[in-house]
Amino acid sequence: MDERDIRELIAQVKAGRLSRRAFLHTMLGLGLTAPLVGQMLASVGIASAQPKSSFTPTRRGGGGLLKTLWWQAPTLLNPHFATGTKDQDASRIFYEPLGSYDPDGNILPVLAAEAPSLQNGLVAKDGLSVTWRLRKNVVWHDGKPFTADDVVFNWEYAMDPATAAVSIGQYRDIARIEKLDTHTVKIVFKTPTPFWSAPFCGPTGMIVPKHLFEPFKGAKSREAPTNLKPVGTGAYRFVDFKPGDIVRGEINPRYHVPNRPFFDQIELKGGGDAVSAARAVIQTGEYDYAWNMQVEDDILTRLEQSGKGRIDVALGGNIEHIQLNSTDPWTEIEGERSSIKTKHPFLTDPAVRQTLNLLVDRGAVQEQIYGRTGIATANFLNAPARVQSKNTKWEFNVDKASQILESSGWRRGSDGIRAKDGKKLKLVYQTAINAPRQKNQQVVKQACAKAGIEVDIKSVTASVYFSSDPANPDTYSHFSTDIQMYTTTMTQPDPQRFMDQFTSWEVASRENKWQGRNITRWRNEEYDRLWKAAEAEMDPVKRAALFIKMNDLVIQHTVVIPVVWRPRVAAISNKLRDANQSGWDSDFWALPYWSKQG
Amino acid sequence: MAVPALVGISLVLFTVLALAPGDPFEELATNPNVPAEVRQNLRVQFGLDDPVPVRYVRWLTSMVRGDWGFSFVSRVSVDALILQRLPTTLFVLGSAQLLGLLIALPVGIFSAVRPYSLFDQVATTLAFIGFSLPTFFTGLLFILLFSIYLDWLPFIYRSDIDASGLRWMWESLKQGLMPIAVLGLFQGASLTRFTRSAVLDVIRLDYVTTARAKGLSEGATIVKHVVRNALIPVVTLVALQVPAVFTGAVITEQIFRVPGIGSLLIGAILSNDTPVVMAITFVFSCLVVLFNLIADVIYGWLDPRISYR
Repeated sequence: MDERDIRELIAQVKAGRLSRRAFLHTMLGLGLTAPLVGQMLASVGIASAQPKSSFTPTRRGGGGLLKTLWWQAPTLLNPHFATGTKDQDASRIFYEPLGSYDPDGNILPVLAAEAPSLQNGLVAKDGLSVTWRLRKNVVWHDGKPFTADDVVFNWEYAMDPATAAVSIGQYRDIARIEKLDTHTVKIVFKTPTPFWSAPFCGPTGMIVPKHLFEPFKGAKSREAPTNLKPVGTGAYRFVDFKPGDIVRGEINPRYHVPNRPFFDQIELKGGGDAVSAARAVIQTGEYDYAWNMQVEDDILTRLEQSGKGRIDVALGGNIEHIQLNSTDPWTEIEGERSSIKTKHPFLTDPAVRQTLNLLVDRGAVQEQIYGRTGIATANFLNAPARVQSKNTKWEFNVDKASQILESSGWRRGSDGIRAKDGKKLKLVYQTAINAPRQKNQQVVKQACAKAGIEVDIKSVTASVYFSSDPANPDTYSHFSTDIQMYTTTMTQPDPQRFMDQFTSWEVASRENKWQGRNITRWRNEEYDRLWKAAEAEMDPVKRAALFIKMNDLVIQHTVVIPVVWRPRVAAISNKLRDANQSGWDSDFWALPYWSKQG
Repeated sequence: MAVPALVGISLVLFTVLALAPGDPFEELATNPNVPAEVRQNLRVQFGLDDPVPVRYVRWLTSMVRGDWGFSFVSRVSVDALILQRLPTTLFVLGSAQLLGLLIALPVGIFSAVRPYSLFDQVATTLAFIGFSLPTFFTGLLFILLFSIYLDWLPFIYRSDIDASGLRWMWESLKQGLMPIAVLGLFQGASLTRFTRSAVLDVIRLDYVTTARAKGLSEGATIVKHVVRNALIPVVTLVALQVPAVFTGAVITEQIFRVPGIGSLLIGAILSNDTPVVMAITFVFSCLVVLFNLIADVIYGWLDPRISYR
């Protein structure tokens, strides 16, 4: 699919022949993100659908206590220090961004008065700036007004290296922020920025008050009392927080949306395990909402039979995939294994790569291991058949795999293992310790054995595997084996950052202490060129076409073998309304609108 | 004696933790939004890139000055984190320990007084069942029975109950009941066996026969002459278990989501939060040393023949 095809589809959406949802699913199937799709539609003037709320309250409050469960407990409540979604979600109870992303990727204005776009002139045509008009009736929980100064301050706060803010990545492309008046800011970027909503929107865009954080900017950031006692603009005010245990809030009587929120108090209890959290929501009804149900689908289905709750599956960009090493993990060059100065003895053979792709039985993995929580995929999602190109379709076929190997000269030896030029097809396959992953390894190992490839399985404790320790060869970024499998997460709404994991300058190596994002060490000039073009392309449709091409390149060269797409799964009480996840934003993206049936 | 022992313990603990693989910022590593420099920066700021001996000396000197350091993960001082969890831990584990003793002492003594009676046999059987079932199993069993089938008790422990007075006490009791019972029964079971054998050893001695021959009542013989002597080994065992009250019960706390020190410890270990792990384990070793001393003092009181010169 190229630019012309996409324009054709957009025209159909505009004419009403194709639903917005169908278009979105098609684009997701090509590896794009919903926010990018929202941008494409907005660029041709298709208005975003306003979120529908199933309950229109006539007054604020009256809903009692909302009980939510996060099986990983939040440890801090400063969004600029949030190391994981647990902290971002807990902070989101009290703090708000300028805009949230809804399930279709539209920007839903929160602290902003309206979403900027090319049409309303708030986004500059050259992509160098975006202007945000802020809501005027917003006050912080302590009564001080929310103004443009707060927005400017958040950028300065995050950018100060001594603050050690984790959110710095969202803000470092900003050259300066101009305060046009008390409630208008103009964000000026260093280079043309097609995805201008990265700063101040979504899970990492929450804004903290200047008047309380200013004395604690820089090296003193750790001492701010507001790190643990947030004062925000959100629908709930802070009551109590115990790190690693519980967060409590109460209704904000001056919340800027009339007649919201519905609940009088909110509680976020952390800790425990995912299965019992699912039980507390779906089976016993003790709680209303539980985050991130990493539970086998069998168990969830059984729990759902009690009728008190259900699971919500949201589109997202997380994908469980197998990476094929382009370099030789078994030869050490200057103290570095998998150095880019080497070439893998047989994984560089396209026939072997193609064979491996045929030997991953994604259907069995989905059916027997993940169920509703993992969907077999050829690239990023199973797109509707009419747009799915031939080269990104998955197939499981041991005979065909054997044939390909046979015809390219890999012959079976006396031990049943294929070899060519004295090189044996023996692989080491590593992943993190996690029950579904070990089952998945077995599925692949058995299929490979049938085709004459010997697979040795290696499992590493997750805390070691995902660590950044430069001295440990067992981390995923050292990639000291032939193939490896893990889930890469696409939390950010724009694919640019996500796709840099195949660019040649991101190769993980000793030089960058294995912090590079390109783990497979695959390098391709055309890919690099496309990536750079996408970075500066202002037309969202052209940009989308570039991403699709990049994705196709990766799949054609079998750089990685996608296995299952991992949607986000939450458990929701049947009585709770409007609590569906966005998939592109925090679970609490629409918290002020949640309500409960009596 | 105690001080060099504690320094040695802390040195070993620190070295082991420093050599263990992992990184407190691993969550940042897999997040493409976070540039690698941020992680490097944090490592430098928190002094993680310094050599281990330097880090140890820094830790020791600040510990001596009463500064426990701060958690890498929540950026909160460690002492604040521990103090926050102490009341819950003491309530749940203290009550469990007390429950265990309340069951073990009478049952154990009574069993020993009438060995091989029906009561003894029932008690022995139950005790064996009690300590062969691990707490994670009984915990799940209790949840299944009392929370899911009967729906009597909540299985998620909340440290903030929005009530006061009697209602608060009732709610705390309701949610504490299962974890306390699970831990208490487990403790009680092994203590019962221990008390029984200790009393049985003493009750056959000649001086007990003499006491009975003097015409002392059975009650007075048991309480004043038998139990007092038999308790010495029991005191040792209980004294060694008291520090465990402080560190919490990792597994039980995880099952019932009790926000105690055990769950803080396991969370800290999983996220490689060295200052928190160090503080908890170090306090634990201090308590072990301290309670050994206390046990020695109590021996002297129970048996005046034991004295320290």
